[in-house]
Amino acid sequence: MKRLLTLAASALALSAAAPAMAQDVTITNARVVIGDGSDPVEGGTVVVTGGKVVYAGPASGAPAGGGTPVDAKGAYVTPGIFATVTTLGLSDVSAVSETEDSRAAASPFSASLDAAAAINPVSQHILVHRAAGITRAGTTTAPTGSIFAGQGAIIDLDGDARPVVQPRAFQMVDLGENGARLAGGSRSAAHALLRAGLREAQALAGKTGTPQTTEIVKDDEVLLSRFDAEALVPVVTGKQKLYVAAERASDIRAALALKGEFASLDLVLVGAAEGWLVAGEIAAARVLVIAHGLNDLPETFEQLGATQSNAGRMMRAGVKVAINADSLQNPRRLQQVAGNLVALNRIPGAAGMSWGQAFAAISSVPAEISGMGGKAGVLKPGAFGDVVIWSEDPLEAGAVPTQVFIGGIRQDLTSHQSRLRDRYRTLDESQRPEAYDW
Amino acid sequence: MYRETKWRARASALVTLASALALIAGATVAEAKDRKKKDEEAAEAPAFAAIKAGDPVFPSTYKPYPGVATAIRGATVYDGRGKRIENGVVFMSGGKIVAVGGPDTPIPADIAVFDGAGKFVTPGIIDIHSHLGNYPSPGVDAHGDGNEATAPTTPEVWAEHSVWPQDPGFSRALANGGITSLQILPGSANLMGGRSVTLKNVPARTMQGMKFPGAPYSMKMACGENPKRVYGDRGRMPSTRMGNLAVNRETWLAAIDYANDKKAKRDLAKETLVGVLKGEILIQNHCYRADEMALVLDMAKEMGYKVAAFHHAVEAYKIGDLLRENDVCAAIWADWYGFKMESYDGILENAAFLQREGACVVIHSDDANDIQRLNQEAAKAQAAGQRLGIDIPDATVIGWLTYNPAKAMGLETMTGSLETGKMADVVLWNGDPLSVYSRPEKVWIDGALMFDALNPKTRPVSDFELGQPGEGDVK
Repeated sequence: MKRLLTLAASALALSAAAPAMAQDVTITNARVVIGDGSDPVEGGTVVVTGGKVVYAGPASGAPAGGGTPVDAKGAYVTPGIFATVTTLGLSDVSAVSETEDSRAAASPFSASLDAAAAINPVSQHILVHRAAGITRAGTTTAPTGSIFAGQGAIIDLDGDARPVVQPRAFQMVDLGENGARLAGGSRSAAHALLRAGLREAQALAGKTGTPQTTEIVKDDEVLLSRFDAEALVPVVTGKQKLYVAAERASDIRAALALKGEFASLDLVLVGAAEGWLVAGEIAAARVLVIAHGLNDLPETFEQLGATQSNAGRMMRAGVKVAINADSLQNPRRLQQVAGNLVALNRIPGAAGMSWGQAFAAISSVPAEISGMGGKAGVLKPGAFGDVVIWSEDPLEAGAVPTQVFIGGIRQDLTSHQSRLRDRYRTLDESQRPEAYDW
Repeated sequence: MYRETKWRARASALVTLASALALIAGATVAEAKDRKKKDEEAAEAPAFAAIKAGDPVFPSTYKPYPGVATAIRGATVYDGRGKRIENGVVFMSGGKIVAVGGPDTPIPADIAVFDGAGKFVTPGIIDIHSHLGNYPSPGVDAHGDGNEATAPTTPEVWAEHSVWPQDPGFSRALANGGITSLQILPGSANLMGGRSVTLKNVPARTMQGMKFPGAPYSMKMACGENPKRVYGDRGRMPSTRMGNLAVNRETWLAAIDYANDKKAKRDLAKETLVGVLKGEILIQNHCYRADEMALVLDMAKEMGYKVAAFHHAVEAYKIGDLLRENDVCAAIWADWYGFKMESYDGILENAAFLQREGACVVIHSDDANDIQRLNQEAAKAQAAGQRLGIDIPDATVIGWLTYNPAKAMGLETMTGSLETGKMADVVLWNGDPLSVYSRPEKVWIDGALMFDALNPKTRPVSDFELGQPGEGDVK
């Protein structure tokens, strides 16, 4: 009881703390990247007022900006990177289960899991990724106990008491090999479970039929509870996006076909390793894709056709493609992946992206897919003042931000890692052990 | 496979005993003599015996593929040992490097010459830590051949017996990563995981067809969380870090006894360990934490062996001085961190801090994807140092992927640098290899052009990929 009270007290203290005041910033002498796929603008200016972008472009057209003046000295200035399908804020150490909120395999709940409630805004992963130029992210529990991952949130990485920008922004369902396994061993089981959930949700929404389900169970496992079915109501009514994890060409087709049965679904494909084989169909269905960037191995039988040219080929076919952070060692590699897609253009037979397209695939496109179109991942009037000044070309492997602004507020880039770095700049313990160096 | 072999001392002792018994039974001296002679003849040639311990088994059948005398002219050349040559020439013939130098380096008139203007040449990239072949794609359970996780020490297993040469990952490593040699290690479930195998990254029907001729074996060891978790979870030793050390030390002591026992029966596990004690087999030690590396170095001193490299050494930067003094390489990632407790203190500056101390840096992958981009990982680590004022020349950084891993694998006299007489393992990059925008354009292994980005038919396609979606695709 005492512990609960202490927790409650700290929660009060957090909510009572006033949010840091949005700053006004004017960045000049910048190589401005808008993030919409266009080429960088040399000698540009970015003006942020009241936490929002009011101008980004050539210096000549800039309004008289106020606030803190920043001379970028010719550096790249970009919108913050937008990472999709992450677990940022839901985990400290993935192999240490007590720190891990992204997997809930033992829970009776699935679709109703809500990442928003579990986000820790000052998780080291958030601090490290903020220092890597990621300013907003989609974050979600993973499909571990059921084909339904739960409801993902859009967060910002400013570390304040309110990380959630948009709770319950999307639901994710796995219709690939993993989903088949979770549903009982077959893709047909996964599809049956998905349909059961969606039909029940339709009934709950008062659209068709009468709600029947108390729960769907198998052995001692709950595959779908009433609470989960209710969580699917916004999905089936198109108010919440449905991210479908699918890799194989036929799995993608099966996912696209869902629109024929459930017309309101707002589908997004995640993974799509063989998307290039069905790119025309994806484009015709106007379904957006969060695709692996560099997967080129037949790591599973559902991605035999994997190639680094997948994203580029889909883009050429008219599909809107963002780069998936989920398949990376860590999401801070998004910019490196985008750089690799640019490099592909010089390989005969490969399909890469232009520099502007590649940057858009980690900024404005994922923002748009996440329901933040025009608000994040782009330096356009009215967008969040999420601005990053880079040490070098941001798509180079070694690039890091020198300054990061989120909502116009300059961010502290300190983390556990930066403090270790500072301590071990020398190994000199002649006077005192390293423990005194802090 | 059995074959006749020579007379052995132990067999002889048994025969003598048998003869003595015959005498007691009342046989005549002459009969006994006769029988003794016959027995001795038989003992001189026992019917069954394995090849003598230490003689080559599962020998390499790799032979360099045909190549033509080739020169690259006008490229920026990194020799792998810290030298950078502008407008350089690399000339290879007969599978060997013949000459490396400036624009004036003479080359014969009638050979293939590539214009390297705007391009870069490095030694073939070497990955000291790979599981290609023993954890191949597709990564189905049936392919999980990397960890003999049935006992905490298994020095008797050899990774080469798990390598599936049809792993499509080999060709990706070649085409996208410029990998020409790589060490396949057993996994880290066990304290002593078994022997590694070093491969030439050439497609082959058999492991032997890839096996690097003359490369020494290494033995994989593992510190920390993995062994104690795997065996502790089964309620057996080790379940703690102190248990890890105890099992290791008991095992080494038993190996020392074995080595001193001239009459000991052959024991595959101990043969590996004795190979380490003799310095013929190197130690590649998975070890994340600085304090554990220090313990291992003392254990090695106690038992009389040497550690070649600590792998996944995310905390190596805390003990760069100690690693330098002990002449041990740190094989590291650039940016992996925080996925397990012992990786919690990973920082981007690890390599740069080690270089600052003069310790040996190796960038490794442990990953079928990262092996395709070791050059980029090195660039990332270099940039982190640069931000702190630790300027590490590009030519030195290339050594992290070439000469240094060769040294830590015992290959440095054969490959790992562009020096006259060495194997012509060479990558021509279409730009600065430390830029994200560059890719291997051509890769030679022992002077044979094994990959050419400009010629789709030089892209190896494994048996597994035939008839599948994307067969022969650019990948």
